[in-house]
Amino acid sequence: MQKDRLTHDPYNLVITGVGGQGNVLASKVVAHMLVKRGFNVTIGETFGATQRGGSVMSHLRISRGGAWSPLIPRGRADAVIALEPIEAIRVLAQYGNPGVQVIANTRPVHPIGVICGDQEYPSLDQIEVWLTKFSRRHWLLPATDEAAKLGSAILANIMLIGALACTGVLPLGREEFSEVIASTMQADKVDINLQAFDLGWHMVN
Amino acid sequence: MSSIAEGRAREVRLLQGNEAIARGALEAGVNVVTAYPGTPSSEIPESLAKVAAERELYVEWSVNEKVALEVAAAASYSGLRSLCAMKQVGVDVASDFLLHLAQYGTRGAMILVSCEDPGALSSTNEGDSRHYARMMELPMVEPGDIEEARTITKWAFELSEELKTVVMVRSVTRLSHASGNVELGELPPPSSSKAAFRFRGPLLGQMEGPVVNEPPTASALRRRNQGKLKKAEELFETSPFNTYSGPPQPELLVITSSACNFYCREAIHLLGLTGRVGLLKLGTTWPLPAGLLKKHLRSCQRVLVVEDLHPFLEENIKVLAAEFAHEIGAREFHGKRDGSLSPVGEINADLVMEALARLLGTEATLPFKDYSEEVGRVVIDHIPPRMMTFCPGCPHRASYWSMHTVLALDDREAFVCGDIGCYALGTMQAGLNVVKTIHAMGSGSGLASGFGQLGAFGLEQPVLTVCGDSTFFHSALPALINAVHTRSNAIFMVMDNSGTAMTGFQPHPGSPSDAAGQVARAVDIEALCRAMGAPVQICDPFDLQDTQGKLLAMLEAQPGVKVLLLRQSCALSPEKKGKKSFDVEVDPQLCSGDSCGCNRLCTRAFRCPALVWDKEARKTRVDNVLCAGCGVCASVCPRGAIQKREAAQNAKG
Repeated sequence: MQKDRLTHDPYNLVITGVGGQGNVLASKVVAHMLVKRGFNVTIGETFGATQRGGSVMSHLRISRGGAWSPLIPRGRADAVIALEPIEAIRVLAQYGNPGVQVIANTRPVHPIGVICGDQEYPSLDQIEVWLTKFSRRHWLLPATDEAAKLGSAILANIMLIGALACTGVLPLGREEFSEVIASTMQADKVDINLQAFDLGWHMVN
Repeated sequence: MSSIAEGRAREVRLLQGNEAIARGALEAGVNVVTAYPGTPSSEIPESLAKVAAERELYVEWSVNEKVALEVAAAASYSGLRSLCAMKQVGVDVASDFLLHLAQYGTRGAMILVSCEDPGALSSTNEGDSRHYARMMELPMVEPGDIEEARTITKWAFELSEELKTVVMVRSVTRLSHASGNVELGELPPPSSSKAAFRFRGPLLGQMEGPVVNEPPTASALRRRNQGKLKKAEELFETSPFNTYSGPPQPELLVITSSACNFYCREAIHLLGLTGRVGLLKLGTTWPLPAGLLKKHLRSCQRVLVVEDLHPFLEENIKVLAAEFAHEIGAREFHGKRDGSLSPVGEINADLVMEALARLLGTEATLPFKDYSEEVGRVVIDHIPPRMMTFCPGCPHRASYWSMHTVLALDDREAFVCGDIGCYALGTMQAGLNVVKTIHAMGSGSGLASGFGQLGAFGLEQPVLTVCGDSTFFHSALPALINAVHTRSNAIFMVMDNSGTAMTGFQPHPGSPSDAAGQVARAVDIEALCRAMGAPVQICDPFDLQDTQGKLLAMLEAQPGVKVLLLRQSCALSPEKKGKKSFDVEVDPQLCSGDSCGCNRLCTRAFRCPALVWDKEARKTRVDNVLCAGCGVCASVCPRGAIQKREAAQNAKG
């Protein structure tokens, strides 16, 4: 049970991205895995109007004790998973601190202002400079590209869960992942999700 | 994910707040569930609809919230247990019936769940429906965490059964749309209740007799209801949903309820004030438990009330404190009135920390302030914002394109009254700013009926209005009847995208199936409008030429009411999602980009997320991953550079 200790209690995890990337599903899968390990988890989600092209964010509060607020107080995230790279920076401004650890996908989803040529999207090199400066540790992973090779770009969210599990910042095991996936997804989807989880794990390992 | 009917008693599951409310209702043996969709309430009826067959429930998406409450009340009057769910504005819609329901009371247990949206995250307002509990004189309870969302809902049914009145369960976005550990309770066997409306009996009979609110009996009914409220207050004095943590005689007493319970607990913890500050969390917020409040007010000189939105608790507790003053002395109150907390927007732990620190003279500085400021500057300078826009393939983009084009041609300062739905983006760049008013459900039609009468006073501008198909049935219909009857002058455009799209495709009276997926009779919007005597034209908004031709003809026609039905399914609708009608591409030979003279009409003005301005090539290209294949942009390009052809995948269906 040694590995089931949290480095902070509550441990504050933000999962962020853009509507349609499977952000809410990722937060539910991680939370279900931790509930299986006996943790008390609260998820706060922003969705609704944000589905239409907006930023999406889930806050996970993970504790051995009671239920914590669905909103992380400012500056107190312990880890951030970003399904979209600039969303990582946006989240850090509100919830980051010098001790935060970040796992970010490399694949941009351009805001409408960038698509139509009114605004600039920062380069990946520049994003990496910011991540290096504003986090204790970061992993910038080509999750969407690898997921596309597996056959479905949407699996990037599962891949980043595998990556998070490998970093060891939270007690997340492959066994609970496979149980959660088996109980929440259609039988024919289980295998590909396990492959995505393992690929994510190896990207960090 | 798994259904809310799964799981044994005492098993711990991760449930969303709305699912926990639904589970509590199942555990209480609910029979009838009614609702009109609205964020953040829609998952309550949705999760109950999924188990309707196995749990023998009747679940209905009603035409609007008032009818939803009436349908649920019929179940109560017949001895069944019912739940009616809605967002905060729904309570406004249902309020006329609610007043009478509360006055007469109930037979079978009945609860009204109001899910509110402090901060207006998915709303056009920050309505606070707690006032209704006081105004309509009915008991109100509020869960303080996800687990309580289950238990307090279950208890609310028991309360209603005991008091014979409707009980309001109030939630907010941060509870309804948060998830957490919930320990499940026992599910009763499916109901064997046999419904019967026992109208034989005395007038004013609570359990038998006609249910009548009439002038001679109204006062007697209110008198009876006062007794129920008194009884509720007595029960609330010892309710386990009112909890206190902290020292016996705190330096400051914090009184809170609902999601603010989370923020207060966290703020007190983070500031290390558990030994100095007491936290009284109220689960029963109307009527307030006076004895309990007196006991706690006696223990402390200074009080901070923490709640979202209006100072509802604060003001009502002050009334009680004034009553107690001769016994316990005056108390010093902080909250909204003295500016400790804002009555506007959502409360959070940071705001509570600031208020506590100010009142107790401690430090509440933001951790790593320099860091936050530095990253904040990067975001402002370099991270592009994500503006809301219509999805690729959305029929509304095409509809607004046509409206904008025709109104510009008409050149008489015509304007469009808007309504509630995704198409509210018509006020923004996404809808070319053609929409000039937005209020409540159906109000665009009522306003258009009114503007259309002002010709005699010199209003020369043509008047148009838009509403969605679900909004049409909800409340635009009476306004359209009003306009037809009064011979107003306006064009009513119904943007029929075949479902309640914004809240997740719930069916409405125009749909061929109901909440549980069973066959329903679809009410025909076109036939309804014709029956009223309004001339109706139908178009496909993807056909820009036909749409614009019909709209222009309506603008130029004789005065009167005209209806334009713009029919095209939502790009995210279950039958359409992922299916393309056309493969679209830009011919780089024909696209002359910067030098065209169209000033980038497609990317700058039409602005579909699938049309990308390629900065290197100085031309437009199509992002085939995002493109939904509606083909409308091909009609927008003046040079014919955007080309569409029948989609290859169509063969596969």
